[in-house]
Amino acid sequence: MSSPDVPTRGPARPGPYVATGILLAIAIVIPLYVPAYSVDEPRLAGMPFFYWYQMMWIPITSALVGISYWLVGKEDRRRRESVRGVTGDEEER
Amino acid sequence: MSGAAVPLAAPDRPISWVPLTIVIILFVLVAVLGFVAARWRRGEGTGLHSLDEWGLGGRGFGTWVTWFLLGGDLYTAYTFVAVPAAMWATGAVSGFFAVPYTIVLYPIVFLLMSRLWSVSHRHGFVTPADFVGGRYGSRALTLAVAVTGIVATMPYIALQLVGIKAVLTVLGLGSAENVLLTDLPLIIAFVVLAAYTYTSGLRAPALIAVVKDLLIYLAVIVAVIYLPIKFGGWGPIFDSAEAKLAAVNPATGKPTGVFIPGANSYSAYWTLALGSALALFMYPHSITGVLATKSRNTIRKNAAVLPLYSLMLGFLALLGYVAIFAGTNPVDLNGAVNPQLVVPQLFLDQFPAWFAGIALAAIAIGALVPAAIMSIAAANLFTRNIYRDLIKPDATPRQEAKVSKIASLVVKFGALIFVIAMDQSAAINMQLLGGIWILQTFPTIVAGLYTRWFHRWALFGGWIAGIIYGTIAAYNVVNPVTKAYFGGSIAAIPGTDIQVYIAVVAFAINLVVATGLSLLFHAMKLPGGNDITRSSDYGADENDPKVAQIEREHPLAEPGAPTF
Repeated sequence: MSSPDVPTRGPARPGPYVATGILLAIAIVIPLYVPAYSVDEPRLAGMPFFYWYQMMWIPITSALVGISYWLVGKEDRRRRESVRGVTGDEEER
Repeated sequence: MSGAAVPLAAPDRPISWVPLTIVIILFVLVAVLGFVAARWRRGEGTGLHSLDEWGLGGRGFGTWVTWFLLGGDLYTAYTFVAVPAAMWATGAVSGFFAVPYTIVLYPIVFLLMSRLWSVSHRHGFVTPADFVGGRYGSRALTLAVAVTGIVATMPYIALQLVGIKAVLTVLGLGSAENVLLTDLPLIIAFVVLAAYTYTSGLRAPALIAVVKDLLIYLAVIVAVIYLPIKFGGWGPIFDSAEAKLAAVNPATGKPTGVFIPGANSYSAYWTLALGSALALFMYPHSITGVLATKSRNTIRKNAAVLPLYSLMLGFLALLGYVAIFAGTNPVDLNGAVNPQLVVPQLFLDQFPAWFAGIALAAIAIGALVPAAIMSIAAANLFTRNIYRDLIKPDATPRQEAKVSKIASLVVKFGALIFVIAMDQSAAINMQLLGGIWILQTFPTIVAGLYTRWFHRWALFGGWIAGIIYGTIAAYNVVNPVTKAYFGGSIAAIPGTDIQVYIAVVAFAINLVVATGLSLLFHAMKLPGGNDITRSSDYGADENDPKVAQIEREHPLAEPGAPTF
């Protein structure tokens, strides 16, 4: 029932994936580090730091994921072109 | 205050006619859309006679449709009702954790879901359990994932009904004396929902989600700008919340809630956020949304734009504090305080009747979208992983679609009976357990996306261990006021007094057991099961051929070995 392992992408360059990993790790770890933000002051428009800081991380995460999308997408296209241009037998990662 | 208020014969609550009329008009509009959706993007003459068409909307949703669909799917009506309710009642730890939860969710989605999309695209998988079956060749593990998915989804659907019920109660529909009168509108709403889900499949919630999301954004944006201006800024709102939450609750002798978490609730706060984020995309309805997209990158792009909903959820949570300042009084039909009525009541008290109608309609319609997707997802699990795998292995796509349609009806009426016949808290307890249980499928599904190192029986053992611990630990949490079991989702790590989300501890136990047993079973050389996937499958995009097509072109292909 199995398919032959025809590579769908060429070999990966680590750079974009490492960079993406770091960006996404930042977006996961920092919003979860509660001691950094469980304080009242400084307030922003009457909103305690605890609340506005976490809300602020929503657009930041969105941007980090967006940059990751761009980095990985570019590498992904390169890897696909490398197998679709030439039907080689390169090992798929 | 609401415009025209006419007292009902029963002395419970007056019916608010203007908002009620608007809710009914929007509900009818949405029902029409639901039926029309059957004709939307219809496959070439095939109709909706396969799970790909009925259950996954033709697997062709692009970035925009997916944004609305997943937004409507993940940010459910119950969320809109329960998160501000929790803020109103007990503050940040039980309510505002939803914000970091829906922040860390998206990097996780970005990492995992495109691989799941690719392998499912190649092999035509419709459910997460399909993938587990293909990857591990284990009937028991497939069934474990499928049953967990169905059981965790059922109470979630029931809670969507609780969301609709909150709206109907505030509108004055219902009476403490006449149970049938109270539940009739709910039953009508659900029958209509069941009918258009049956006819149109996933296309119905996809189309309705657009209307629902636009309404909800409108309601929240207006409320968040208008109410603080009316009440003199956010400062006094937060001050009144701080005062209420610091007040000592006479029943427990402790403060009512948490305004800003102290050192003893840090771990509860972040484990709730992380555990919920890890669990969310293990729910079948989330995965259904992912697999309905047309390309590998659609979900990744959406991971960058979906956080807009989190921002809205954050402000909605703060409406719980606004309600504290405004003195909103959420009294249920039986005269008791019901926090879940707080947001509907706030809109009704503070806005002109017509606008309150729009906001309440947004919440009620917001319940229909996830309820439809959840019932479709549970039905697909039943069809693929119980009906096809265990009862009728040679089922045709047309039969699968038929079974799934009927299963979606059964699931919905099950949820309806759940809500009407049982106490509301039963649904909430089950939902709490469902969150713990669904996280126990994470090691099987996610590890499987990257490696075959874990042994199938070890994953099964880990799943059992996690579920047993999670269930017992949740049972032992006693509500300090009512003394009922299943009093919450936070408990101390065994042997310590660090309070954390139970699901996370269960997950850790699950992983340890799965790792230990894997080492053991590898040493014993227990058969690992047949893996029909190849490493190339996990990177395939929409332009790569599907496996069925490759097999036609390479008929002599030798069977594959595990790829790692």
